[in-house]
Amino acid sequence: MIRQCFIIFGCLAVGELIVWLTGITIPSSIIGMLLLTALLQTKVIKLEWVKGMSDFLISNLGFFFVPPGVALMLYFDIIKAELLPIVVATVVSTIIVLIVTGWTYQIMKRHGDNRE
Amino acid sequence: MEIIENNIVPVLSKVEVLLAVTFGIYYAARQFQKWTGWVVLNPILVTIALLILLLKVTGVSYETYQEGGRYIEFWLKPAIVALGVPLYQHLGQIRRQFLPIFLSQLVGCIVGVLSVVIIAKLMGASEEIIISLAPKSVTTPIAMEVCKSTGGIPSLTAAIVVCVGLFGAVFGFKVLEVWHVKNPYSQGLSMGTASHAVGTSRAMEKGETFGAYASLGLIINGVLTAILTPLILQILL
Repeated sequence: MIRQCFIIFGCLAVGELIVWLTGITIPSSIIGMLLLTALLQTKVIKLEWVKGMSDFLISNLGFFFVPPGVALMLYFDIIKAELLPIVVATVVSTIIVLIVTGWTYQIMKRHGDNRE
Repeated sequence: MEIIENNIVPVLSKVEVLLAVTFGIYYAARQFQKWTGWVVLNPILVTIALLILLLKVTGVSYETYQEGGRYIEFWLKPAIVALGVPLYQHLGQIRRQFLPIFLSQLVGCIVGVLSVVIIAKLMGASEEIIISLAPKSVTTPIAMEVCKSTGGIPSLTAAIVVCVGLFGAVFGFKVLEVWHVKNPYSQGLSMGTASHAVGTSRAMEKGETFGAYASLGLIINGVLTAILTPLILQILL
């Protein structure tokens, strides 16, 4: 458990350090995640050293969004004032992203498979 | 009303009580969804709605709630790091289809930022709102960083990001079915690209493969959005 926490928070800490040193706009958590992938890939750390902790965190990922979601109550006024553009833009755009991403992948995949 | 003010508010304002209430509501919401089987009753959505209602009724402020809430929100960053594990496990597969994955992410990212900005602009949204909406498809920590660096309202972005995630989690698979995106890999990718970690957690429920591809979408689109959003905003605004 301690080793698992050390690996996860160690990656996050290195991410923070890189952000602090370089002023890069990529979040520390993403850098930490890529670092964890690299450490696993290069066999510096073994999968079973992090598996328990990572499974626990990933399966509860949605729950960690509850407090930032509650922050919505602070913006009821701003949102109410521009409700229509906000709702239409986000909903339509989200639907477009879903379809366009899926289609691009499917078309590319079919194209690639035919060539093989 | 006085009874509430004098008795409930001081108790509810304690960190331990706030945490217990949050866990309790989420647990109940999850059980209720299992029991009814309704996707619309997403436990995250239900918990957020009930908590806001509870805070509004009792008059407890968001700042007070956050005294407890931050202990939950804190785990968001380590959880994003943990996504490195499924990413590692699918690295071989990703390498074999690098082009389809990368291109679909690039298209998804650009179309996502462009469409939300253009629609909001056409409908007359203020610049501050448009900027806050631009990184809506990616996970909170990334979206907030992007919003900060482009001059929006980061916490408004955070709230909208959660809404987008919930929309994707609830309606995403339905939309994909209707528009003939049937392949599990592309469904997973789309869910992660359009609705980040909340969509990914929904995809994980559907199966390991869906989940792995969703986390891929979440990751790659997250990085691309962090890099491209400032550029796109510069051109459009």
